[in-house]
Parts: sequence; structure tokens; C-alpha cells
Amino acid sequence: MTHQDTASTAGIARTVDAVWRIEGAKVVATVARMTGDLALAEDLAQEAVAEALEQWPTTGVPRNAAAWLTAVAKRRAIDAFRRRERLDARHEAIARDLDESAEDVWEPIADDGLRLLFTACHPVLSREAQVALTLRVVAGLSSDEIARLFLVPTSTMQQRIVRAKRTLTEARVPFEVPDHTEWAARLQSVLKVVYLVFTEGYSATSGEQWVRRELADEALRLGRLVSALVPHEPEARALVALMEIQSSRFAARVDAAGNPVLLGDQDRRRWDRNAVARGRAALAEVDRLGRGRGPYALQAAIAECHAIAPSVDETDWEQIVVLYEALGRLAPNPVVDLNRAVAVSMARSAAEALEIVDGLVARGELAGSHLVPSVRGELLARMERTQEARGELLTAASLARNERERAVLEAKAAGLS
Amino acid sequence: MSRYMLVMRDSAEAYEASQQVDFTEIIAAMGAYNEALEAAGVLVASEGLSDPSETVVIDFSSADPVATDGPYGEVHELFNGFWVIETATKEEAVAWGKRCPLGPGSKLEVRRFGDASDLELDND
Repeated sequence: MTHQDTASTAGIARTVDAVWRIEGAKVVATVARMTGDLALAEDLAQEAVAEALEQWPTTGVPRNAAAWLTAVAKRRAIDAFRRRERLDARHEAIARDLDESAEDVWEPIADDGLRLLFTACHPVLSREAQVALTLRVVAGLSSDEIARLFLVPTSTMQQRIVRAKRTLTEARVPFEVPDHTEWAARLQSVLKVVYLVFTEGYSATSGEQWVRRELADEALRLGRLVSALVPHEPEARALVALMEIQSSRFAARVDAAGNPVLLGDQDRRRWDRNAVARGRAALAEVDRLGRGRGPYALQAAIAECHAIAPSVDETDWEQIVVLYEALGRLAPNPVVDLNRAVAVSMARSAAEALEIVDGLVARGELAGSHLVPSVRGELLARMERTQEARGELLTAASLARNERERAVLEAKAAGLS
Repeated sequence: MSRYMLVMRDSAEAYEASQQVDFTEIIAAMGAYNEALEAAGVLVASEGLSDPSETVVIDFSSADPVATDGPYGEVHELFNGFWVIETATKEEAVAWGKRCPLGPGSKLEVRRFGDASDLELDND
């Protein structure tokens, strides 16, 4: 034991947090596999953590902390089963396993990790619940940390997680990896959870800050973890590529006052070239898998076009238009159409782009979102239809939920003459 | 989330000891370590450096930089490789560092990367 490990109770708490970040998923997954119940496993693992916080200040941190936590959680499981007078053959098997649990824990856990991930993102749960549970059990964050990331009170987040666990138990969701008939859809759901966390960090829909780096960093870490669990899935790798390239722009995305700086105005020297390189390498791996480019890969390719361009004018906008067209065919989505319109305005003309946007308006798509009037306002301004442009930008400002974004739109409207 | 570099420093003792161990064993242990880092989503980069006999040191003490073959000064510890990891806390970075399959004579230095928060610069 070093001085640092035993220095204080607070020191122990930080060490336990670190152990939990590294080993929590493994502990929960191991116990869940034995009990067949993720919710119960998570409760038991928490009890084990509480016991660690009590004991480790005097006993020191055990050499194999994960094995210690797993053993305690399993012992608690048996106590719980005994109390319920349900000690059948399976539970006796858990008891026998206890003796062997102090062994090395470097064994592969890919299957347990996958079970954990797919169960936390199970369709029986709301998206909000999936996000909370995934950050809790897969990423190993405390309820407090998750609450802080999502700007809600800790009690709200705790309740959300408790409800999510109850839902899993009541629906009798098995602790399993989906079979091949469900695999693709369930994987999509997992990736969506990861990307949702990222986008909320990349351009926050609410709150005072437009960019919340910590949240995006958690998503990136989670994305790398998922990609390592399913190394043959091109879209999982593509999502990492997309997040890496997008996150390269963090430093340039806000000014000193915290206001958003849009792509065209960003100082490209501030882009993180290492992140771009990692993202491009990940995208190259996707292509090497030889199964084509899915929606995340296409979005990563678009991000790559921007990342390698020295300036807005020197960007290959035609290529971006083509990529957006491919994306729109693969996953029709009005936001993609809107982005395609912006690319068209750069590659060809604002008038041609306006036709696409007006098509969206005519179909009533994205009604109530600030995005359509904001893009329309930009296009009209470029076509020198100033009066209309100002009206659209002010409409956009009134619809924007992020305070920083609203301020930028208002300034833009005021700047038109 | 912060980035840390785990800087591997080996002494002559560590080098001698490594000569006694089956090279494939070392490779396998390092491979397992790297895989664990990767599976946890914390690995950003890692590289090992070649034999120190290939080293060239460039000294900027005089007006013109002077390049000299061989490692720097009377070194007892050599910088032989590094990992870049991204973790939530320093404690987590240290916990990962402790798992590195190194032996007697080896040291691992855990250094945080400087970021924008370390600089009191204008962001415009």
C-alpha cells in the first residue's frame, strides 16, 4: 500500500470510484450472468461498493479489487436468495463459484460486456432510461455524475435509474445478447444511445452552455468501448470515426465568451489534428471491413470533408452533396435534407438550396424547430432578400432552446442591412 | 475527462530481467494489457521505442544545435515507450498504470496532458 492509497477516506472514495470505472461493468455483468437479473446485479454491486468504502480504509485496497467486489456481490446474492427461500440448484452453483472467484480477472469478458450493453439498451426502456442505465452500468458513472452531465438533480437521475431497473425486472428481460433476427436493430439502438450522449455534449439542446465537452468525451469513451465489443460491426467503428472528427472542432466551436462559432467562422488552426487523424484512421478501418458505408460512416465521411479542407471555400462541397444524397436515401430524415440544402447552396446556388428547404416547409417537416427558419434566413440573406431573411432569423431565435444559439441568431438578424 | 501519458522508464536492471524472460511472453502480456485498455475505451495511443543505441540527442545549449549519438547523459532510466489514455480521474489513470505488466527496475510515470484549462489565454 502506498501513502496515496490509504491517505484518507476521501482518497479511498476516489480509489473506489476509479476501480468502479474500470471494473464496475465487469462486476455487474458477472453477477448478472449468474443471477440472470441485471437490476438485482446492479443493486448487489452497489452494496459491495458500500462495503468496500467501509472496509478498505482499514484493510487497504485488495490486490484484485474487482474479484473482491464480485465475491461480495455474489455472497449478497446468496443471502438474498436464502431470504426468499429460493435456494435451488442454480443458486447453489453460485455458492460453489464463490471459492474460485478470487482468481485472476484478466479473462475475456466480451460476452458479458455485450449482454450488459444490450440489456441496458433494451427496447422495453425509454431512450432516456437507456441512456441513464448505460452510463451507470456500462460506463461506470455514479448517479451523481450522470445527473451533473445532464443538468438534472441527483434524485431525479437516481429515480430514473431505479425505474429503469424496475422496468427490466417487471418485463423479465433476460440477460442475453440478441439473436441474429434482432441483432441489427438492437445494435442500432445501442449506437443511437451513444450518439445521443455525444450530440447533447456537442451542441447542447438546453442549458447555458452550447458545448459540454465532458458529455461528449464520455460518449467517445463509450463508443470506443462498444466498438471494441463488436469489432466486426462497421457502423460501431464508424460512430467512433464520426465522434473523433467532430470532437476535433471543440476548441474552435465556442469563443471566449462561450458563444457558438459556426463552422464557416471557426479558426481551423484550432482543430485537433490528432483527433482528425484518429477519426480518419477509424473510417479507413470501416472501409477495410468491406461492407459498405452505413449512415454513421457517411456522416463521418462528411465530417472528414470539412476536417481536411483548409477553408470553407476550398471545401469539396459537391462531394458533400453526394454524401448527403446517399445518407438521405439510406436513412431519410428532414435534418439530412436541410444539411444537403446547405451543401447545395455552397456547391451551386442559394436559390437551388432554397427549393429544397421550401420543399421541407411545404411538407410540414421540422415544424416548430429553429433549424428551418435559421437555414432559410441564411439563404435569403445571401439572395439579398434582406427583409424576409431578418424575419426568418428572428423566428429561428424565438424557437431556439439553447440560450447561446438564440443570441447568435438575434445578432445575425440585427446585422442584416 | 483528462488525458494522461503513461511514460515507461526502464533501468539496466529491468533490461537485464527482460532478457531472461521469453520474449513472446512479454508480447502476450503487453498485448493483453493493450486490449484491456482498448476494451475499456480509454486507449488513445501507444507506442514503443526502438533500442536506445539508435538514439540521437540534440543539445540546444550552444548557438547551433549539436547532435550526439547515444542516449542523453548518464542515464539510469530510459524512456522506452508510452501510452496515452483518457480517464475520468487521476486515480483511474494510476489504477490503469498499476496494471501494466512491468517488472522490477521499471517505472511508469503518469503525466496529465495540458489542456485549454491550464492556459489563461483568450479563446478568440
